[in-house]
Amino acid sequence: MRRKPFLQCSLLMSAAAVLALSLPVRAQLSTVQLQAWLNSPAATSHVGNITGNAKAAAPVYRRYCVGCHGEFGDGNGEVAQWLEPPMYPKPRDFQLGIFKCRSTPTGTLPTDEDLYDTIARGLDRSSMPIWNTFTKDERANLVAWIKHFSPRWQTEKPGTPIQIPPEPEVTPERVKAGQEVFGRVQCWKCHGVQGMANGPSASTLTDDLGRPIWAYNFTDGSRPKCGSTDRDIYKIFMTGLDGTPMPSFSDNIKPDEAWDLVFYLRTLQPHNAYNAKEKQIARQLGLKPVSPQ
Amino acid sequence: MISFRRSLAGSWLLLILVFGCFQDAHALPAFARKYGLRCSACHESWPMLNYFGQKFKDNGYQLMNDRDAPIWQNPSYWPVTFRITPIWHRVSTGRVAVDQGTGMDNAESRIEKSGFDLSGLDFHTGGTLEKNFSFYVLPSSDSTATFHFETVMGRLDNLFGSSWLNVKLGKFELDNLLSEKRILTLTANGGIYQTYHFIPQGDANIYGQIGSNQLGLEYMGHSADDRTRVSAALISSSNGNTGLVTGSNSYSGFFTASQAFDAGKWGVERIGFYDMTGLAATMYRTSAGVPIPGSGIGNKGFNRVGFVGQFYFGPHFDLQVVTQHGADNAWFGQGYGNAVNPSNGAPGNPLPNNTPGTVLPATARAPSWNGATFEAHYVYSPQLIFIGRFELERMSQQATVGTASNLGNITTYTIGYRYNPFMTSRAGFAWHNEYNFLHQDGTGPQPGENVNSSELLIGFDFDF
Repeated sequence: MRRKPFLQCSLLMSAAAVLALSLPVRAQLSTVQLQAWLNSPAATSHVGNITGNAKAAAPVYRRYCVGCHGEFGDGNGEVAQWLEPPMYPKPRDFQLGIFKCRSTPTGTLPTDEDLYDTIARGLDRSSMPIWNTFTKDERANLVAWIKHFSPRWQTEKPGTPIQIPPEPEVTPERVKAGQEVFGRVQCWKCHGVQGMANGPSASTLTDDLGRPIWAYNFTDGSRPKCGSTDRDIYKIFMTGLDGTPMPSFSDNIKPDEAWDLVFYLRTLQPHNAYNAKEKQIARQLGLKPVSPQ
Repeated sequence: MISFRRSLAGSWLLLILVFGCFQDAHALPAFARKYGLRCSACHESWPMLNYFGQKFKDNGYQLMNDRDAPIWQNPSYWPVTFRITPIWHRVSTGRVAVDQGTGMDNAESRIEKSGFDLSGLDFHTGGTLEKNFSFYVLPSSDSTATFHFETVMGRLDNLFGSSWLNVKLGKFELDNLLSEKRILTLTANGGIYQTYHFIPQGDANIYGQIGSNQLGLEYMGHSADDRTRVSAALISSSNGNTGLVTGSNSYSGFFTASQAFDAGKWGVERIGFYDMTGLAATMYRTSAGVPIPGSGIGNKGFNRVGFVGQFYFGPHFDLQVVTQHGADNAWFGQGYGNAVNPSNGAPGNPLPNNTPGTVLPATARAPSWNGATFEAHYVYSPQLIFIGRFELERMSQQATVGTASNLGNITTYTIGYRYNPFMTSRAGFAWHNEYNFLHQDGTGPQPGENVNSSELLIGFDFDF
C-alpha cells in the first residue's frame, strides 16, 4: 500500500523530468550538448579559405541577431511580435533548418557559402539588414553558429550546388523564348502578367507556416531576396525558395531555357545595372505581356 | 589630505565597481523602434556607434532596404526620443580665487560640492522624410530647461544612387569618428574630449573646436560597406552660434578621410585623418564703442590637423586614438577674435578688438600645441562596458615670448562603466559610474600654480 504513492510520485516526477528535458524547444541542444558540440569539428563553417568557429560567434549573435532570431534561433526574438507578415516577414526560424536562399536543390540544406552570402546581402523587403560591416571571419563564425540550432545539420549534409551553365548572349529570340517559358510555367499566376505581383493567386499566398506572403514585384525596383545578378535569379527559380510558395522549376525548365527566362524577367524590371540590353530588346520587340491561359 | 580624499573616492568607486550591479547600453529608440533592432545592433554601447551604426548613420539613418521611407511605418510612429540623466555627483576644484575676510584664510581655496543633480534634457528627433531624404533635429535644454538647437539638419542621401554623394545642410556635428556627441562619459571635464576643445591660455579663437556642432554644408561619401569614408564641410566660423554674430566672410573647412581594414579575428581596424583650416574675424566695427555683431573683418587663420585610429583587439577590447596639432594666428594668441561672441562670457569685459592702428606686441607669436586622446573600452557584453580615457594637451609654442612653456597644459583621465540592465528595441537605461581627474599647469590664481579638479558621478542615463 505504501509503495503505490511512491510509484505514482516517481512516475510523475519522471514524466515531469522528461517533459522538462524535452521542453527546451524542438531542436535546442542542452547546455552540455552545446558545449560538446562547440568543441567538435562540426562547429565550424568553411567559406573559401576561411574557417568559421561557432564558439567565436556567440557574442556577435547576441549583439546583432538575438533581437529578431531569438536566443534559441527559433525566430521568436523580442521584436518578432511586432513584425506582421506579409509587410514584415517574421524572422527565420533556424531550428527548422529551412532556408530560402540556396544554391542547392530544393529540400536540401544550403551550403556554408549560401548562408555567408545571405548575411552580407541582407534580405530586401524584410527586417534583415545588409550585414556587410562584419569581417569575413565574423560572418563565417555566424554561419557555424546558425547551424547548431537545427538537428538537420547533424544528420544531413548540404545539398550539392546546382550546375549553372555559362550565361549565353542576350538575343531577341532568347527574350521571346523566356516570355514563352514565363507563360508556360505560369509564373504570372503569382507574379502577374507584367510582373507586378498581382496574379490571380497573389492574394492567397502563404508560407509553409501559414503566414501570408507576397510574390516578388519585378516592377517596383526592389532587390530580389536572394541576390541581384543573373546567376542569382537563375538560382532562385531553379532551386526554389524553400518554405515559401515559390517552387523549384528545375523539373520544368531546361538549363538553357532558364537563361531565357532570366533575360525575360529582366525586361520586367525598371532600369538597373543589369538589364540595359534586355530593356532595349524589349522595346525593339514591342513586347506585350503574356496572355493568361 | 587631498591624497586621502582621492584614496577615499577611489576606494568608493572600487567598492561600487565590485559590489554594484553594473549596467549600460541602448540606442536611439526612435530608430530601434522603426527597424525593430536592439540598441546593441548599432551601438558598441549606447550612445557610441559601432561599425554597423556608423554605416546606418552614413546612409542617412537608413538600412538601405525598401522600408526606409516613413510611409512604411504605422502612422502612430513618431520618431522622437527623450534623454535625461538624474545624477549624484561630487565636484572638487582646486585653487579657486576667493575673497578674504569671508571666513577663508587664504586668497584661494579648494571648492568641493556634492549633491543630487540633473543633466539637461535632449529631444532627439530624426530619421527619413522619404527614401534618401533624412533629417535630425535636437532641441536641447540645460538643467533649468533653457533650450537651444544643438542639431538641425537636412540631408540628401545617395544622390544619383551613389553612396559617394551625400549632402547635409544645417547645424551638425563634424564628421568625427570618435564622436563627442556620442561620448560614453558624463562629467563636466570627462564629458568632452579636451583635444576637441583645447584653447591656449589667453587665446580667443573659439572657432577651431571640432567638438562643437557647427553651422554649414557637408559633403560626405562612403563605400557600400562603409570601409572607406570621406567628407568635406564648409562651415561658418561661428562655433555653431546662430544669428550671424561673427564675421561676414569668415568660413572654415573641415576635411576627413579614413579607411577600414578587415583584420580577421581582431575585427575591423580604421585609420584616418582630419584637417580643419579656417579664417575668423579679429576686427569688428563698433557703435558707441561696442562691437557690432556680424561686422567682423580682419580674418586670421587657424588650423587643426590630426590622426584618428580605431583599433579592435577581438570582440571585447578596443582602443580609439585621436591626435591633434593645432596652430592659431598670433592675433588670436593675443586675445583677438571673440569680441562679440555670445559665449564670450565676459559682459562688460569684452575681449580686445583689432581696431585700425592696433599692432601686436613684439613678443607675440603664433601659438601652437599638440594633443592626444586615448580611449579604451572593455566590452564585457552589449550591456556592460568599462571605459578608460587618457588625454594630454601640450603647448609647443606659447603666444608670448617668455611665457612658461607649460602654461595651460592639460592632463586628464576618466574611468567608468555603464551597465544596461535590459536590452530592447524600445528604450534604454544605463547605470552610470564615472570618475574624472584633470590637471592643468599654471592656471591657478597665482603665477605658476597648477590646478587639479576631479569629479565623481553616479546616475541613471536613460532614453525612451
